[in-house]
Amino acid sequence: MRARGQVDVAAGEAILSIENVSLAFGGVKALTDVSFDIRKGEIRAIIGPNGAGKTSMLNVINGFYQPQQGKITFKGKPRTKMRPHEAARGGIARTFQNVALFRGMSALDNIMAGRSLAMHVNFFWQLLRYGPAMAEEVAHRRRVEEIIDFLEIAHIRKVQVGRLPYGLQKRVELGRALAMEPELLLLDEPMAGMNLEEKEDMSRFIIDVNNQFGTTIALIEHDMGVVMDLSDRVVVLDYGRKIADGTPEQIKSNQAVIDAYLGVAR
Amino acid sequence: MDLLYQIFIDPFVQMGTAPDLLVQTLWEGLVSGVLYALIALGFVLIFKASGVFNFAQGIMVVFAALTLVGLYEKGVPAFLALALTVVVMLGLAVLVERLMLRPLVNQPDIVLFMATFGLTYVLIGLGEMIFGGDPKVMIADQLYLPRGAIDVQMLGGFVSLQKIDIAAAVIASLMVAALAVFFQKTRIGRALRAVADSHKAALSVGISLEQIWVVVWFAAGIVALATGIMWGARSNVSFALEIVSLKALPVLILGGFTSIPGAIVGGIIIGVGEKLGEFYWGPLLGSGIESWLAYMIALIFLLFRPQGLFGERIIERI
Repeated sequence: MRARGQVDVAAGEAILSIENVSLAFGGVKALTDVSFDIRKGEIRAIIGPNGAGKTSMLNVINGFYQPQQGKITFKGKPRTKMRPHEAARGGIARTFQNVALFRGMSALDNIMAGRSLAMHVNFFWQLLRYGPAMAEEVAHRRRVEEIIDFLEIAHIRKVQVGRLPYGLQKRVELGRALAMEPELLLLDEPMAGMNLEEKEDMSRFIIDVNNQFGTTIALIEHDMGVVMDLSDRVVVLDYGRKIADGTPEQIKSNQAVIDAYLGVAR
Repeated sequence: MDLLYQIFIDPFVQMGTAPDLLVQTLWEGLVSGVLYALIALGFVLIFKASGVFNFAQGIMVVFAALTLVGLYEKGVPAFLALALTVVVMLGLAVLVERLMLRPLVNQPDIVLFMATFGLTYVLIGLGEMIFGGDPKVMIADQLYLPRGAIDVQMLGGFVSLQKIDIAAAVIASLMVAALAVFFQKTRIGRALRAVADSHKAALSVGISLEQIWVVVWFAAGIVALATGIMWGARSNVSFALEIVSLKALPVLILGGFTSIPGAIVGGIIIGVGEKLGEFYWGPLLGSGIESWLAYMIALIFLLFRPQGLFGERIIERI
């Protein structure tokens, strides 16, 4: 069971709110009229059967997809058309369902890439690797080493990530997202394909990130035990529509959710 | 027996008895190798960052050289013309990104490859329309490129080194060093490698694909300009140069498509191999040897290292 953090999420303000968002690809409706919010400091789970539109929802939040309708407000500002790199600059980091790492680079370089936004020294100094550029590189490197220690991946930091086992790749990917020091962290099935021990490790990291750094987290996960343990609030999607929204206890006993997962006798 | 002797023994006897000729051949091979490497470098840059084999690299070389000479002929001072050509290459990079890459984002690589074919013909047409189809003379003197030769006495004979070749080698080395540092050590370099590996992951950490593409195509344009000046100074600036640029293919196969040092080493191996083959084995096998020997060398290397000399090993977990 999770020990609740210092942040009182029940009264927290929304860092992100989604109002009546609809998204379609041609004639296929991925999301229909979905509204929910994510409060500052909480762990918010998005669940639902396969094809329910969970990943589409994350893609909308970080700008990979542009919804046709609806309003998204992030940190109090309504957002118009937003591209992914702009979302990243605004403080939204994410991981992917099928790990998307820079396979040719080492774990360390992957995580350093997450710092690229925070680095500002001009190009000329960078080329010379001298003066401010050196100081900056060193400062960022220190921060990255902290993240590496935090995720307990010091032993693999120089290894090309393509060679790593899946569980560690997922951890490196989380590290890269953390390196961005995001305000909102989106995790797309962070525990897919993991064994029990790896799941426990990953759960621990997620809770620590939330507690220690105060990062708001939205995650998609299929393992109900994990979802119920980790999250403060859960939103349930089915066929692109929201069917339920509430605390884990409320969701467990919600008839619509049970029907969606188990099917309804007609 | 006799034929075997001619192939395997005789050339080496010749090398031993006339070492000055050997040195001369090696030098010429080295120089053409450096020029191949320059062209290959342009391909590698774009391949690294977008996974696309840019068929238009050859015509970009011609286009850059033509722009430079064309501007000079219109009365623009040589160095101003050089600066303006750099601006034109930047403009080209921006246009390519806007009109070609951005609409084709997330399309399969083969689609982008075909688009570079299209770009090739657009640039050929544009070049002919603006500058005409006649060969032009590179403004080497106006750019203070050295001419003439240095004769070095060594090994009982003379070895003649063209000054322009020395300049080409120096410029190419500087360029390669700068690019290597740029890729390996800078934040933008890291971003470039990131984009090369995964577009969506790069986007998710806040790297702008648009900016990166402009940077890469601009860098490739600068490399094309340098190549155009050097090749142009040795022969002429004409559309035939585009064909020469396909010599970069065996270099790329040899060096690996993603490696800058690979392009250099590959270029030199191909250049030297080609000249040695032409000089010592050419009479035996017929003079057509230069058109296929480079591919032959590349293929033999490929048998042993499918990823090229310095290419990234492709690791796939199954």
